[in-house]
Amino acid sequence: MVIQTPEAIMFWFLAPLAVLSALGMLLVKKAVHSALLLAWVMITLAIFYIAQDALFLGIVQIVVYTGAVMMLFLFILMLVGVDSSDSLTETIPGLRPIAITAAIGFGGLLTSLIGRATLGRSPVGLSQANAEGNVQGLAVLLFSDYVWPFEVVSALLITAALGAMVLAHHQRTVARPTQRESSIARFRLGNLSSAAGLPGPGVFARHNAVDVPALLPDGTPAPTSISATLKARGDMLESGQFQLDVVDTTVVEEK
Amino acid sequence: MSTSSSLVYLIALPLFGAATLLLGGRRTDKWGHLLATGMAASSFGVGLYQLSEMLGRSGEERAVTQKLFSWIAVGNFNIDAALLLDQLSICFVLLITGVGTLIHIYSIAYMEHDENRRRFFAYLNLFIASMLLLVLGNSYLNLYVGWEGVGLASYLLIGFWNQKPAYATASKKAFVMNRVGDMGLSFAIMIAFATLGTTTFEGVQEASHHASEAALTAIGIMLLVAATGKSAQFPLQAWLGDAMAGPTPVSALIHAATMVTAGVYLIVRSNFIFDAAPTAQLLVVIVGAITLIFGALIGTAKDDIKKALAASTMSQIGYMVLGAGLGPAGYAFAIMHLLTHGFFKASMFLGAGSVMHGMNDEVNMRKFGNLRKFMPITFVTFGLGYLAIIGVPPFAGFYSKDAIIETAFNAGGVKGIILGSVALLGAAITAFYMSRVMILTFTSRGRWDDNAHPHESPWLMWLPIAILSVGSVTAGFLFTRGDALVHWLEPVVGGHHGEHEEFLPALVVSGLALTAVAIGVAIAIVKYQLSDVDSIAPEKVSALTRFVRRDLGQDAFNEAVFMRPGQSLTKLLVASDDRVIDGAVRGIARVAIGSGSALRKTQTGFARSYAAFILIGAIVLIAGIWVVTQ
Amino acid sequence: MNPYNYLYVAGLLFTIGAVGVVVRRNAIVVFMCVELMLNAANLAFVTFSRINGTLEGQVTAFFTMVVAACEVVVGLAIIVAIYRSRRSASVDDASLLKR
Repeated sequence: MVIQTPEAIMFWFLAPLAVLSALGMLLVKKAVHSALLLAWVMITLAIFYIAQDALFLGIVQIVVYTGAVMMLFLFILMLVGVDSSDSLTETIPGLRPIAITAAIGFGGLLTSLIGRATLGRSPVGLSQANAEGNVQGLAVLLFSDYVWPFEVVSALLITAALGAMVLAHHQRTVARPTQRESSIARFRLGNLSSAAGLPGPGVFARHNAVDVPALLPDGTPAPTSISATLKARGDMLESGQFQLDVVDTTVVEEK
Repeated sequence: MSTSSSLVYLIALPLFGAATLLLGGRRTDKWGHLLATGMAASSFGVGLYQLSEMLGRSGEERAVTQKLFSWIAVGNFNIDAALLLDQLSICFVLLITGVGTLIHIYSIAYMEHDENRRRFFAYLNLFIASMLLLVLGNSYLNLYVGWEGVGLASYLLIGFWNQKPAYATASKKAFVMNRVGDMGLSFAIMIAFATLGTTTFEGVQEASHHASEAALTAIGIMLLVAATGKSAQFPLQAWLGDAMAGPTPVSALIHAATMVTAGVYLIVRSNFIFDAAPTAQLLVVIVGAITLIFGALIGTAKDDIKKALAASTMSQIGYMVLGAGLGPAGYAFAIMHLLTHGFFKASMFLGAGSVMHGMNDEVNMRKFGNLRKFMPITFVTFGLGYLAIIGVPPFAGFYSKDAIIETAFNAGGVKGIILGSVALLGAAITAFYMSRVMILTFTSRGRWDDNAHPHESPWLMWLPIAILSVGSVTAGFLFTRGDALVHWLEPVVGGHHGEHEEFLPALVVSGLALTAVAIGVAIAIVKYQLSDVDSIAPEKVSALTRFVRRDLGQDAFNEAVFMRPGQSLTKLLVASDDRVIDGAVRGIARVAIGSGSALRKTQTGFARSYAAFILIGAIVLIAGIWVVTQ
Repeated sequence: MNPYNYLYVAGLLFTIGAVGVVVRRNAIVVFMCVELMLNAANLAFVTFSRINGTLEGQVTAFFTMVVAACEVVVGLAIIVAIYRSRRSASVDDASLLKR
C-alpha cells in the first residue's frame, strides 16, 4: 500500500492543528471555547477517517459527534450558564505537577510503544475490503457477525434515553404556586419595592433595547431589569443618558 | 446371644422414680420415699426374674442382650444403645438393687426429719438407674454414660447438705478428682475406637486378639486411671474420706457397696485387655497393693467412725483391685470379695448411722463407748460385719479375702512373695483398726457427752441391717461352696487354666492370715480395751502418728503437686491470653486502624484526584507492557 | 508517509484528554475531555483497520460511537441534575465522598 502525497500533505497540515486544538481545549478559560475547539478536533478526525477509507465512519463522525453530541454539549452549556468560566488556578495542591508529569510519562511511554510495535506485516489497505463499497462492507459485517452486539447496543441506546429522561425529570414536592399565591407572597415580603416584581427592560425608558436598564419610578436605573448574562459579559449600557430630568420623589401616603 | 425385652425395666423403673420425684416437686413429698423404695424393690424383682431365667439356660448361653435404639450412626462409627446382662452383670444388678432397696428402706427412717427427704430419694433412684446402666451397658460408651451418671449422683448426694460449705467443698472435691479418672476412661474409649474400630465389649474382645500390645497397654493404663478415680485407689484416693460428708445411707450404698466398686467392675469386664497387656496388669497389682496398705494405715488414725470405715473401704477395694490384677486366677475372687464386702461394709455403715442416730449425730469414736448395752441389735449386727471384714471363719470376709491372699502368694516368684506379704500385712492392720473401731464404740468405758441419751434405732433401720448381716455371715460360704461363683463367672472372665505351682498350701495361708488377724486384734485389745482411752485425741504423739493422722499427706501432696502449679499455670494462661492472643488481635486492629488512617489521606473526596490515581495506574500498566515487550 | 503516524496522533490526543480530565474543574469540560479520549481511541481503531485490511476495526469504532452517544446523554443528564440541586457544575464541589 502506498500512501499518496496528497494524503501526506493533508496529514501534516491537519494533525498538528488537531493536537494544538486539543491542547487549547485544556488551556482556554471558557467552556464554550473548549467545546468549539473540540468540535474542530472532531471534524479533523472525520477527515482522517475519510482519508483512511472509512467513509461511513467519517460521515457518522460529523453527523453524530459534531452534529448531535457537540450540539448537546453546547445546549447544556447554555442551560448551566454560558458565562460560567473556569478559574484555571489549581485548588488541590500538587495535582497539577502530578498531572503534567504523568502526562509526559504516559505520552512518552505510549509513543515509544507505538514506535516499537510491529503488526508483523506491512500495511494492507482497505481497497480489497471496500471492493463493494465501504458502507456495504460494514453492513455485511454488522448484520452477520456483529448482529448480536448490534441489537444489544440498540437496547443500550433506548435505556440511555430513558435514563436521561428519568434523571432530568424534576419531581415537584409542592404544588406549583398560582399567580394569585405568588402575588400575595410578594406583598408579604415586607419590602414593598419588590411587590411589583422585576421591572421589564426599557420600562419608563426612552429606549427599549434589551441592554438598557429600566428606570424606576424615581428615575434611577434598575440593574435588575437586565439579563444576568448581559451584565456578566459587561454588555450593559449606561442608562444615565436616558434618564428623566426631574422626578417628584415625594410620596404622600393616604390616610 | 439371645435377647430379652425386659432388661430395660431394670433401669427404667428407678429412672421413672427419679424423674417423678424431681419433676413432681413438693407435691410428691408425702409419698415420694415410698415410690422410690417401691421402684428400687421392683427393679430388684426384675433382677431376680432375670436370674431365674438365666439359671434356666446353660453356661455359654446365659448372657442376654437388648438393643434399645441406634444411638450414633456416623459412617463406620455405629453405636447402639444396648444392654448386656451376663453372669458378671447379674451379680452387680442383684447387689445394687438388693442392697439399694434395703438402704432405701433404712433411709425412710433415717431421713425422716429431713425436709428434703423426697429429693434425697430422687437422687438415690437416679443413682440406682445410673449404676445399673453402668453395669448393663454392652459397650464402653454405654458404660461411660452410666459412669458419668453415678458420678453426678455421687456429687449430688455428697453435697446433699450443701448449706454447709465444708460439705459442698467435699462434693466438689469428689467430683473434680473423679473427672481425672473419667478423662482416663474417655481416652481409653478413644484409643479403643482408633485402634480397634469398635467400643463394644464383644467387639473389643474380638479385636484384642490381633491388636498390638502397645495399643492394649495404652487402653489398659487408661482404664486403670478411670478405675483409680472411681474406686478411690492410689493416687486418686483423696476424695473418699471427704465424701463421708453425705448422709450415712449414701456412704453405705455409694461409697462402700456399689459405686466405688465400679473400677473393679471395669477392670474385670476388661479382662481380655489386661490379660493381653502384662504391663498394665502389673500396674493394676501395684495400685491395689499400695492402696490396701495406704487405706489401712489411714484407718488406724481416724477418730471419725465414718472416716475410719471409708479408709477401710479404700483398703478393701485395694484388695479387690489386687485380685483383679492377678489375672484369670483372681477375677472371680475380686468379684467375690466385692460382693461380700458389699454386704458387710453396707451393714457396718448402716450400723454406724444407727449409732449416730442414737448419739445426736456424733461421729467421734472417742465420745462413744459401752454402747453394747444400749444398742444391742446394732452391736450384734456391727459385730458380725466386723468379724466378716477381719476375716474370721466362717464369716464372708474369710473366704473372699483369704482367696485373694492365697492367689497373691501363688502369683509366683518374688512378685508373689511381695504381694502376699503386703496382703497379709494389710489383713493384720485391718484387724487392728477394725477392732479399734469396735472397742471404742461398743465395749470400752463410756465417754459420752453430757446430753447424750443412747437408744436403739426403730425397726425400719435395724431390719435392713439385720438382713445385710445375714448376707455378711453366709455369703462367703455360699459363694465358695463347690467354687460356685468361680464357675458361674467362668464364661465371662475365663477359667483359671495353666495352674501355677502352689507357693504355699491353702491351709498354711489361712493359718498365716488368721495369725496376722490375731496379732492385730490383740494389739487393739491391749491398747484400747485394757488401757484407758481419753475422749480427746492425745496431742503428744510421734511424728509418724501425726503423719498418718494427716492422711499420709495425701491432701498436702495434691495441693503442692497439682493445685498450686495448676493455679500458676492458670494465671500464666490468663496472662498469655491477655498479652499474646488479645495482644495479637488488638495489634491487628491497630495495624488496620493505622494503615486506614494513612490511606485515608489519599481519599480527598475530589473526583479529579481519583482520576489522577487512575491515570497513574494506567501509566504503571503501560510501563509494565513496555518492560515486558522489551 | 506511514499510517502509523495516525497512531501517534491518537496517542497524543488520548494523553491530552486524560490530563484534561485531571486538571479541569468544569464538569462539562471534563466530559468533553472524556469524549476526546474516546475519539482518539476511535482513530486508532480506524487506523488498525486500514493496516490490517479488514473492516473489524471500523465496526468497533462504530460501536464505540454509539456507546459514547449513550454516555453523553446520560452523563449530561446527571450534570444537569447535579447543577439543579447544587447550582454548580464544578466537580470539586461534589466532594461529599470524603464526609
